[in-house]
Amino acid sequence: MSLEDASLDIVPGELLAVVGENGAGKSSLMNVLYGLYHPDAGTFLMEGKPVRFKSPRDAIARGIGMVHQHFMLVPTLTVAENVVLGREPTKRGLLDLDRACDEVAATAKRFGFQLDPRARVDTLTVGSQQKVEIVKALHRGAQVLILDEPTAVLTPQESDELSQVMRGLVAQGRTVVLISHKLKEVLGVADRVAVMRRGRTVAEVRASETTVSALASLMVGEGSKGAAMTGVPAAASGTQEAATGPVLLEAKDLRATGENGRPALQGVSLTVRAGEIVGIAGVDGNGQRELAEVLTGLRKLDGGEGTLLGGPLAGLTPALAKARGVGHVPEDRLARAVVKAMTVEENVALGRHRQPPFARGPWVDFKGRRERTNQLLNSYDVRPPDPTVALQALSGGNQQKVVVARELDADPKLLVVVQPTRGLDIGAVAQVHARLREARGRGAGVVMVSLDLEEVLALSDRVYVLYEGRVTGHFTREHLDERELGRRMLGAEASHG
Amino acid sequence: MLEVFHSLLFSTLDAAPALVFAALGAMLSERAGVVSVGVEGMMRTGAFCAAVAALVMPTPLAVLVGMAAGAGIAGVHGFLSIRWRSDQVVSGMALNLVAMAGGTFLLESLYGPNGTPAITQLSRWNLPGLSHVPLLGALSGHAAPTYLALTLPFLFHLLLSRTPLGLRLRAVGDKPHAVATLGLSVPALRWGAVLGGGLMAGLGGAVLSTAVLDRFEQHTPAGLGFMALAAMVFGRWTPLGAFAAALFFAFGNALRIGLASSAPWLLDLVPQGFLLALPYLLTLLVLALQGQRGHAPAALGTPYEQESR
Repeated sequence: MSLEDASLDIVPGELLAVVGENGAGKSSLMNVLYGLYHPDAGTFLMEGKPVRFKSPRDAIARGIGMVHQHFMLVPTLTVAENVVLGREPTKRGLLDLDRACDEVAATAKRFGFQLDPRARVDTLTVGSQQKVEIVKALHRGAQVLILDEPTAVLTPQESDELSQVMRGLVAQGRTVVLISHKLKEVLGVADRVAVMRRGRTVAEVRASETTVSALASLMVGEGSKGAAMTGVPAAASGTQEAATGPVLLEAKDLRATGENGRPALQGVSLTVRAGEIVGIAGVDGNGQRELAEVLTGLRKLDGGEGTLLGGPLAGLTPALAKARGVGHVPEDRLARAVVKAMTVEENVALGRHRQPPFARGPWVDFKGRRERTNQLLNSYDVRPPDPTVALQALSGGNQQKVVVARELDADPKLLVVVQPTRGLDIGAVAQVHARLREARGRGAGVVMVSLDLEEVLALSDRVYVLYEGRVTGHFTREHLDERELGRRMLGAEASHG
Repeated sequence: MLEVFHSLLFSTLDAAPALVFAALGAMLSERAGVVSVGVEGMMRTGAFCAAVAALVMPTPLAVLVGMAAGAGIAGVHGFLSIRWRSDQVVSGMALNLVAMAGGTFLLESLYGPNGTPAITQLSRWNLPGLSHVPLLGALSGHAAPTYLALTLPFLFHLLLSRTPLGLRLRAVGDKPHAVATLGLSVPALRWGAVLGGGLMAGLGGAVLSTAVLDRFEQHTPAGLGFMALAAMVFGRWTPLGAFAAALFFAFGNALRIGLASSAPWLLDLVPQGFLLALPYLLTLLVLALQGQRGHAPAALGTPYEQESR
């Protein structure tokens, strides 16, 4: 029930943006348009006539194409195979791959994309994969192209390029529907903006007649919650003083192997001091995840050395990391941070279940656990503030607050957080960010891996950029420059001179 | 020496078809993303039904009955794992247990513990030109399944790598949601692969009771289904790889028989149990050496649910 009473007008030949907080129903509405979900009620008119899409096949037939937030590409197939899948050219019953490649190359060229049709998709960058997705839709004759959060994983350069692509499509008479929560970006590219809140469309405005803050208050609702949630990260509220605390982590030339067996870290050196937030920026899949795993004892080092909180980094295990004072807010909380079927208080106790106030001797201290959980739920504004409900009954944002509360409650010396606000609404994002700053204020060192560049810019005192398992950039707060950061994320070396 | 080699080759080719068919069937299902541990049970069902059918009809027709039976019981697996999204390993193992117990029950209540009455075996073909050529002569004198087993892997290879259907099957095993967003039906593709896999496994079983033996025996297929799975894994989920692996395992089988008959003195040195276990040990060894299942389809064993990502 993520949609109630949502309506939307799409005008041919324009770029319509649909904005809203996470969970406002943007993606659900688009999946209904695309025939993936089926509405319980309501009608859908195309050129004045009611239509019903039973599956994406119907939507595709009517000229609707969609680029999903999580790419719908088969990584082991080539670009051409992905594009023609489902409408393959054949010669005497056999797949005509040469013709497929020619066709795909022709479509790509017509819209100004550079793509090698014979390249395997899993060898492409995220930006190129997105182009494959767009070509896939255009190849099927899409007149209306829906893009779901397309810039979430792109570098600033790639985002700019995408904006041009979108304007180019509109100039060629196509219609583009852009789903996003990045208001600044939306205003730069869209003709019209529709705002969604809690499953409803609450406003439709012309982009030229509105502002970021006006949109933000429409998204959040009647002037509630105040200025802390304008959707624009408060870069100014970063720290002013340089970090002078003792070194918590000193790592040299770290090497590690990734999940796929390929080298993920190929000589990463970094330093983290007490009282600073160190951002790790990079395009998804450049070793950030593995670095966080190495620092928390979840991944074995192949080479390199380092000192973490007074002990060697080599041979670190999760238990050892915990004992030395490393806190961890992992990217996939359901897989790594919580047991969703257990209650909130049980989850709060996880990892510290043998210590007071969660245990007394060998026994669970039910009273102590309840009290501590209640305190945490109140101070982190978790809703509902009920320690006895199953964790899975909470929204994603509240689940994340529970994880952050638990990790910070242990008073870690070094906190490793990965994508701490992914999928959270603006209110929860602001809270999590405030807590990370608070931890820094208490003298903890924070290593924050994030794919969201705005988040990295807003919070970090220093930023390391990872590209293909190497550090390609190191910036202090005063020298942070978004464009330069973006260049380094794409592997550019420091410009000389 | 040449003679020993000739007879080894000959019995390899006799033993290979059941393994090749079952391995191809399992591969078909798994490439589409549905785990196929039930292949042993499908073989047993196919073997039993073919043997019973051969009592009342010409043997080649009975083989078709065995195939249909394999597809039928694969349908149960498909129903559980595609329609109801149950755990595919559990569903497959349940299939194996049902086939094991059901086969024994039906056999003993209908024909007694010693197997079904003897049937007419599939006729063997002599290839006149080849019979007297050294080594190549081992190709002559087999029943039809052997020759089918030598061609089908290449057809499967063509199907998977060069046809639209093959492309879709590979896609659905690696990323079903991508296939769904293109308006193709994930369940339909998976159903096709599972039923096709059942036909092949049923054929493998039918071959055992109509060409290798002349009846259904209590223990048929005696783990050959699992060996076929091993061949599929060893062959990295490719038709030609599975084919080569199945031939290798069939050779192990032939070696066991060959050793026991041509070098009886071996039995004084090595217990017979060890010889009997040889093909299975070979299978274990190969799987252990290969290590991780890094070549499996990415979505293997993951039930497809539309409203999730």
